[in-house]
Amino acid sequence: MNEKIKALWQHFRDWVEGNGPRPENEVVPPEPPPALPFTLRPQTHRTRFHELTIRERYEQWLEQHGLHLFSSLYAGLSVLTCALLVTLLLVIVADLPPFGDPANPAHNEVIQRYVERGGHETGARNIVAGMILDYRAFDTFGESAVLFTAAVSVLMLLRASGRTRAEDAALPGLILDSAQPLRGPPEMRLHTCRRDDSILRGVASLSIPAILLLGCAVVANGHLSPGGGFSGGAILSTALILCANAYGFDRVHAFFPERTFVVSSSGALLAYAAAKGYAFFTGANHIASGIPAGTVGDILSGGLILPLNICVGLVVAGTLYGFYALFSEGEI
Amino acid sequence: MSFLAYNIPFFSIFLVMLAAIVTPLLPNRNRIPECAATAAIAAAGVMSAFLLAELRGELTFTYAMGHFPAPWGNELRAGPLEALLALVFCAAMLLSVTGNANSTAEDIPPRRQPLYYALISLLMSSLLALTYTNDIFTAYVFIEINTIAACGIVAAKEGGETVRAALRYLVMSLVGSGLVLISICLLYGLTGHLLMENMRVAIQDLAASGRYMLPLTAALNLMTAGLAVKSALYPFAFWLPDAHGSATNASSSILSGLVLKGHILLIIKVFCRVYGLEIIQRLRVDNALLILGLLGMIMGSVHALSQKNVKRMIAWSSVAQVGYIFLGIGLNTVAGIAAACLHIIVHAAVKPMIFTAAGGLSNAAGHKKGLHALMGSFHANRWAGLGFIAGAFSMMGLPTFAGFASKLSLTLASFDSPAIVWALAALAASSVLNALYYVPAVIVILTPAAEHHAPPPPPTRLYKLSMAAFLALNFYLGLFCVPLLRLIERGVRVFG
Repeated sequence: MNEKIKALWQHFRDWVEGNGPRPENEVVPPEPPPALPFTLRPQTHRTRFHELTIRERYEQWLEQHGLHLFSSLYAGLSVLTCALLVTLLLVIVADLPPFGDPANPAHNEVIQRYVERGGHETGARNIVAGMILDYRAFDTFGESAVLFTAAVSVLMLLRASGRTRAEDAALPGLILDSAQPLRGPPEMRLHTCRRDDSILRGVASLSIPAILLLGCAVVANGHLSPGGGFSGGAILSTALILCANAYGFDRVHAFFPERTFVVSSSGALLAYAAAKGYAFFTGANHIASGIPAGTVGDILSGGLILPLNICVGLVVAGTLYGFYALFSEGEI
Repeated sequence: MSFLAYNIPFFSIFLVMLAAIVTPLLPNRNRIPECAATAAIAAAGVMSAFLLAELRGELTFTYAMGHFPAPWGNELRAGPLEALLALVFCAAMLLSVTGNANSTAEDIPPRRQPLYYALISLLMSSLLALTYTNDIFTAYVFIEINTIAACGIVAAKEGGETVRAALRYLVMSLVGSGLVLISICLLYGLTGHLLMENMRVAIQDLAASGRYMLPLTAALNLMTAGLAVKSALYPFAFWLPDAHGSATNASSSILSGLVLKGHILLIIKVFCRVYGLEIIQRLRVDNALLILGLLGMIMGSVHALSQKNVKRMIAWSSVAQVGYIFLGIGLNTVAGIAAACLHIIVHAAVKPMIFTAAGGLSNAAGHKKGLHALMGSFHANRWAGLGFIAGAFSMMGLPTFAGFASKLSLTLASFDSPAIVWALAALAASSVLNALYYVPAVIVILTPAAEHHAPPPPPTRLYKLSMAAFLALNFYLGLFCVPLLRLIERGVRVFG
């Protein structure tokens, strides 16, 4: 018993003093972990299978089959979990109030006011725009901030690495550094711009102006017809992506460089925050905001909804194109 | 109540958000982005303190976000508990950022730093919004900001391991977000409302009539499970040590101290304000949380015992501490939830201090993270050493340190519960387990090292100031916990 306590005390002292592992008790490994047991065995001499201990056999088996076993178990469990969740959700959905029933709890005074007085109170003919940009504008501000957060994160991870662009270009070949985008000499880029792709360029030169116009119209008419900043911004970003594919990223870079991307995203969100912050502040303190609602149906109506739609459109267009450019090219 | 105090919830959320939006536009020199973020967070903290002082007489108020009143527009709601939590979150965030400013400058490449500070401001703003919101969909939107920004600040440090950890964190976190969103959809279909008080009226009607009990139970379970994944309740906590252990020190402090707490606060909100404690008890979710909390208290510490990297050890200790908080919530009484809130505050104050101190110690030991490499580092950076020792004693629950206050209140709260034996046994076992890994770590850093490497740079004045503030906060929480607990209990009573 005494011996045991002494050994324990010695062990503890060794641990505190950071003495390396003694040969008899390998509990604390040194800083660089020792090589795995199976590599310790000399490679030249092959031990026969029946000479191995059970533990060695187990380790050998695990080395050969472990990953396979783990991945099949993982796949099986994933399928099982998903099937369970799907069944559970289907059972629950079957028990929900029937869809479209006028007696549903969702058809209450909230919806009633949106539908009956939405146009009059917000000045927007499109009730959805009135709801998301006037009644519940704080949520939409949050949604725009979600896009902004995602854009900032992706920009930080993919573009704003420690190296500058010149240093990146100097590096040979594809760099498989995890925090780095795949970059290399021009012929190894993921998207090379083909000079002779006349069909794509012809279609692009015809359709890009039309797409841009459609996007602007969807954004600008957000308070009058279905659409608005989110859908219009997505349309605008497709024009940019098409341009980048047809004419190369350098062409888009000429009028939409990284600085413009940052300024337009931040600036648009800042304008949203300033305009809506003023409206929140006046609304909560019962001060008249002095923002005219205009005549319902006019293009200049709906109070702040039109400028807010433009801000949201800019944020969405910039973010979607930014994602595409950063993930495919590693830069904007 | 004064005009200024009434506007503080809105001002503090928007001010920090504006700082985040402006940061990418600012010039990246002379630490301007860092100063913008810290100034906004400090201002939000001062405002929250003012609000807390104002709310002593008048208990709660709501704040309409816009010209339309609550069920139609969005709404914020503030009471003493919200103001106190906002104050603590701001203080912990500020000290985590200032205390780790040097290691952030070393770990994050200069071109990333403005964006890193923008993400920190976004995270702070989302935490404030989660604290004050009275609308469950607004809460979901700010959970999304919280999730993305938290993964961003993990991955900001370059290297394969951080990216792997951040991806794992992102996947787990999105599973949690998905469950929460499904639950919100179900609740909207059943109640027709997104405003918490109106949902509660509808849910109580449904529960009284016994209709739609299956979807109601499922929604509560999905919501609790989703938020539990995001707040690292034990069996869902395996993403946490990677993410918190491999990130830069400021990120680790913020993630452990604050990000987990935002989601736990939302669980408390759903329990108190959306369902009400009686219905929670009827649906038996509190028992599940109690059991998982007890399991987490033990298992988090057991995992921490086998760690050799000091930051991973501290990260597993966070899992154990989250277990304590869920024990309080699982008791499902006002006293239990007040004790859980006190533990949220204590852990938000102490864990960033330990991470900051561990960062300072490993810096003093030549940037090594292994526990043994820290030998004698107390003598190289005494401020960090003091912080680590105080934090370790606090986590063990020694009297006069902050952890004692919350463990005592958890113990007292569990006296009313039928699970008292289990709660007391787990509290005792967990305290002993905490001591088993924190005491050796303290002995290691105090033991003078045999060999002397090059003397490390002395800690900066900012580091010393932050550590002094952390220590002061720690002793304040440990010594003056009774008035604070009274305040929290009053806050919890008017919370629902």
